[in-house]
Amino acid sequence: MTSLNEEVFPEQASDIPVRTVTITVNGEKRSANVEPRLLLAHLLRQGFKMTGTHTGCDTTNCGACTVLFDGKPIKSCTMLAVQADGHDVMTIEGLASASELHPIQEGFKDEHGLQCGFCTPGMMLTAKALLDVNPNPTEDEIRWALSGNLCRCTGYQNIVKSVLWAAVKLRGQAAN
Amino acid sequence: MYPSRFRYEAPRSLEEAIELLRLGGGEAKVLAGGQSLVPMLKLRFASPEMVVDINNIAGLDYHRVDPDGTIRIGALCRHADLENSAILHAHQPTMAAAAPVIADPIVRNRGTLVGSLCHADPQGDWASVMIALGGSIIAQGPNGRRSIPVADFVKGPFQNVLAFDELAIEAVVPAPKGVVNGGYLKLERRVGDFATVGVAIALESSSGVIIRAGIGLTGVGGTTINAIEAAKALIGGPLTAESIANAGDLAAQGAQPRTDHRGSATYKRHIVRTFVVRILDGVVESMERAA
Amino acid sequence: MSLDEIKIGGMGASRRRVEDNRFIRGKGNYIDDIVLPGMLHMEILRSPFAHARIKSIDTSKAWGIPGVRLVMTGEMMASRNLAWMPTLSYDTQAVLATDKVRFQGQEVACVIADDAYIAKDGCEAIVVEYEPLPVIVNPLQAMAPGAPLIRDDKENQHDNVVFDWEVGDKSGTERAFAQADVVSKLDLHYPRSHPSPMETCGSIADFDRATSKLTVYMTSQAPHIIRAAVAMVAELPEHMIRIVSPDLGGGFGNKVPVYPGYVASILASILLERPVKWIEDKTGNLISTGFARDVYLRGEMALRKDGKILGIRMHTDSDHGAFFSDAQPSKFKIGLMHSAFACYDIPVAHLTARGVYTNKAPGGVAYRCSFRVTEAMFFQERMVQAAADDLDMDQAEFRRINFVGDDDFPHRTAFGFLTDSGQYGKCLDVGLEAIGYKDFLKQKEEAKKRGRLLGIGISTMTEPLGAGNSREYDILGIKMFDSAELRVHMTGKAILRTGAKSQGQGHETTWAQIVAHELGIPADDITVEEGDTDTAPFGMGTYASRSTPVAGAAIAMVSRKIRAKARKLAAHLLEVSEEDVEWELGRFYVRSSPDRGVTIQECAMAAYTNMPDGMEPGLENNAYYDPPNLTWPFACYIATVEVDPQTGVWDVLNVVAVDDCGVRINPMIVEGQIMGGLTEAYAMASMQFITFDEEGNCIGSNYMDYLLPTAWETPGFELHEVVTPCPHHPIGAKGIGECATVGGPAAFVNAVMDALKGTGVRNIDMPLLSDRVYEALTKRRDVSGMPPMRTDDV
Repeated sequence: MTSLNEEVFPEQASDIPVRTVTITVNGEKRSANVEPRLLLAHLLRQGFKMTGTHTGCDTTNCGACTVLFDGKPIKSCTMLAVQADGHDVMTIEGLASASELHPIQEGFKDEHGLQCGFCTPGMMLTAKALLDVNPNPTEDEIRWALSGNLCRCTGYQNIVKSVLWAAVKLRGQAAN
Repeated sequence: MYPSRFRYEAPRSLEEAIELLRLGGGEAKVLAGGQSLVPMLKLRFASPEMVVDINNIAGLDYHRVDPDGTIRIGALCRHADLENSAILHAHQPTMAAAAPVIADPIVRNRGTLVGSLCHADPQGDWASVMIALGGSIIAQGPNGRRSIPVADFVKGPFQNVLAFDELAIEAVVPAPKGVVNGGYLKLERRVGDFATVGVAIALESSSGVIIRAGIGLTGVGGTTINAIEAAKALIGGPLTAESIANAGDLAAQGAQPRTDHRGSATYKRHIVRTFVVRILDGVVESMERAA
Repeated sequence: MSLDEIKIGGMGASRRRVEDNRFIRGKGNYIDDIVLPGMLHMEILRSPFAHARIKSIDTSKAWGIPGVRLVMTGEMMASRNLAWMPTLSYDTQAVLATDKVRFQGQEVACVIADDAYIAKDGCEAIVVEYEPLPVIVNPLQAMAPGAPLIRDDKENQHDNVVFDWEVGDKSGTERAFAQADVVSKLDLHYPRSHPSPMETCGSIADFDRATSKLTVYMTSQAPHIIRAAVAMVAELPEHMIRIVSPDLGGGFGNKVPVYPGYVASILASILLERPVKWIEDKTGNLISTGFARDVYLRGEMALRKDGKILGIRMHTDSDHGAFFSDAQPSKFKIGLMHSAFACYDIPVAHLTARGVYTNKAPGGVAYRCSFRVTEAMFFQERMVQAAADDLDMDQAEFRRINFVGDDDFPHRTAFGFLTDSGQYGKCLDVGLEAIGYKDFLKQKEEAKKRGRLLGIGISTMTEPLGAGNSREYDILGIKMFDSAELRVHMTGKAILRTGAKSQGQGHETTWAQIVAHELGIPADDITVEEGDTDTAPFGMGTYASRSTPVAGAAIAMVSRKIRAKARKLAAHLLEVSEEDVEWELGRFYVRSSPDRGVTIQECAMAAYTNMPDGMEPGLENNAYYDPPNLTWPFACYIATVEVDPQTGVWDVLNVVAVDDCGVRINPMIVEGQIMGGLTEAYAMASMQFITFDEEGNCIGSNYMDYLLPTAWETPGFELHEVVTPCPHHPIGAKGIGECATVGGPAAFVNAVMDALKGTGVRNIDMPLLSDRVYEALTKRRDVSGMPPMRTDDV
């Protein structure tokens, strides 16, 4: 198993004990030795090599690092990796199966809901959490739910359409 | 973006947490929602020797209303829990109005009301709400529990009165003695912005006469402002255009804003007045509807 | 039968984006995603002061931290002649400060360590002793007698003036003003802003001692310019430098210049012989890298009573920060400011421009903008509305009277640009119809009676996109052309490389569509590659909406070269002479016998297996395109707002955009660009700015203070189009990426000002924060946004 300590902190010379955490990431149990100060976003990116989770700001505003923590969106740059011990985390890498895209991913592509792609993983995970609890949201409900995720490229209108697209498809799947 | 080194402890009980805080000797920080603490760690505005994470302590994530009407919010109750709370929608309009405008939706999934109060940011929304409601904090230390009115809880910007080995475990809104009304209005430039101005009003009335009033102001002073004079002026009569305007003026006088990039002091005072009037006008409307 | 162009993803197809396949899976490859073996991490220590002499730097504690590999200071850089670097505007900029710091956030030292956390620990352990100096935060202070000299490092620099520049006809303009019935005046400030892509800047420098090759992965919109700059700064041979610009998390002009962090990471890698990664934090990005705007205008318009504009006089004072590092054509000191009023028929105009140094971050980058056209068009459209109001004329009618007519092209503007096409009146009509102009004016009057303030703002403009031509446009002497290289493989599939560099514009998708349009090869059969200077042909990069006008044209031209060779191959295969061969999309056929034909794919196969005697094998070529002129898209943006008179808060009711960007290659992507641009326009008008207090502290150094709108505030947009093909572009396209950011802000501001009409208020500087609007309304006076930020009540 990845030992982040060995990989990332080879010269670690502090008397602060390294802690072993075990996190269920995208359904798979992963363990790592981490310094307490390591942020969850950095463990996911550097320790687990899941670089779809991005870090965009220092101040918990942008939401590019959003992951689902026990099913709810959180900003993974604002959680210590040690806090995730024993919890369930879903990243963008877990949204689709190997062969098939999630309807939210299809929606974002079909409605041109992304441009540079940097905010997109966080946006899509927030959208998933919304559709999990509200399968038929209004445009205002989508805008409200996404208001903790900043996008600099799209102007949001196509993101809203993407989520509506996904909602229709997901409702169709649920009906079948 | 990268915090300094600290020790991390994740106690499983209150007693254990308090013992750790005692051992920390004032150099430990409590981590609940972490939505203020972790950014401060990242920016190295805070460099504690130890972080005591209380998220693994069972039984703190509640909010409930007691049979007598007292509302209790546990230290791990998240903003989102309050935003979606049927209890608040039914019983506590001031809190119900404030919950959706705290930070942004994702931050609300982690941040806690009790943690916000402890953080004592003059621009924090919950402190005004709790001051308006006459709420208090239950703190537990090595020698047991004590109750501290929120109005006395904040010592200054980012400073509370807790001893280093005390932990805030619950916020309490006292049981109302009359019909509950109120609201919260926040002037923010966009979602997730701190309040340029926030006004919280909590009222209790009996047969249309105000028997209790509280007004808390966000972002217009070195700490949260308790607009006592304005609140007092409302008590003992019905809400009238005159009493409402008077309360607005008194609240504006009670504010101590500074001119900054969010607006001039004059403007902020004006917004305090305007928001007091708007909330109270709304209360009049809803009382008329109820009657 | 000819191919269905839409089906093969050609011109006009809203083809779904190729690059999305990786982005939606979280498989993009951004700078911070790249990990090289043995890689170290660099963090930068920045100055807390805006202006201070450095008395001493003690790095000993940082060296003592386990895991710290290198600590670099200005002194160390100076010993290698690297303490200063050239900017893109013939100035110099400190890499790491030696003598003094000149803005808050300036780079002072770097720590390279085993990971970024330790590097940050190292920065914290460095002790710098500063002696604070007086601070300048606006042009008035910079020009004041006895102002402290910011650039005392430069010989012959005795004041804080960067340049004095002028264009136009001074005496002619004076004559026009002498004949005017009315002179309309307006003073404006376009506040300092920051492009602020979601991803910050960063680099990974990897110097390989064994091969002497330096590879730098870098967030660059213009990797070839960077390669040239690195060759000059680091004195390395250009062929031993490879710049790779990976997926960029947005750019908007921020990622054009050379930054100290890049240079420092390169030196660190050379010294340590290991890869060194530098990822800037958000604060570093906002306070030190290329800002935009920060220009003051004194504008005057000479008017005849009937509404005809007789002449324009403009003076700008621009604040360039501590180093003149604007990214713009070298001939034009204040960029293309003189493109103002290009859509109006104006007999004569004169512009004077002065640039000054201040103790603020350097930059002056074209933030979603062709070199200051954003300021130019904002000033223009604010002056136009003020003039219409001064004449008490309808603002739409005033524009119509002064537009260059459809039949008056080519048109030489008063400042010397040549516009070549447009249907300005039609665009305006479409916009007015869509917003319901007449109805809204009635609604507005009705609302006013009930104490509600509604307003409508119009902004119409044509702007010059797609620099060059090379006669007039160069950066550091490098002419502004662009390039494409196309290789068609044996089986008819192809790879296309260009000198442009996408940052979200979707080049991988649209470039293939141009090839599909020219050759009939399905877009899905074409790979597009950019950003690696070892493989891509030389180009000037992507900014200033120049990719479609220049690189896009090069793609069409190289495709035509390929088609010309394929025609010879077809003639050979069909056993007829070349003159007897006709082309339809994807196929050559015999003119006299249309059933006899060969596909482009069959020609490709022949190029490798069955070419005629004497023909060079293979099917590949390149094209360098030097456009004959700029392209001139036109736009009409209209916004309606309601202002709350009690709070000054304003809400957008409706936004209509009518864009004429010529032929649209991919309408879906074009619309995406317009909506993104409108959002930045709304952001500028409503909340997004960087200001400074009197000590030079940056207000707007993170996303708590530098506000980008969320999905909640951002209004919805209604888009319309008019198509006037560009007469000189090979496929009739014009630039579009920045139009809405350039033209949009004035629509929002004009709308709020329209709501305040009759109060005597002529201007509120952006952003129109609610307190500014309230102050204007209640005190019936203009509100200036000039820093320093107010700290006393007024």
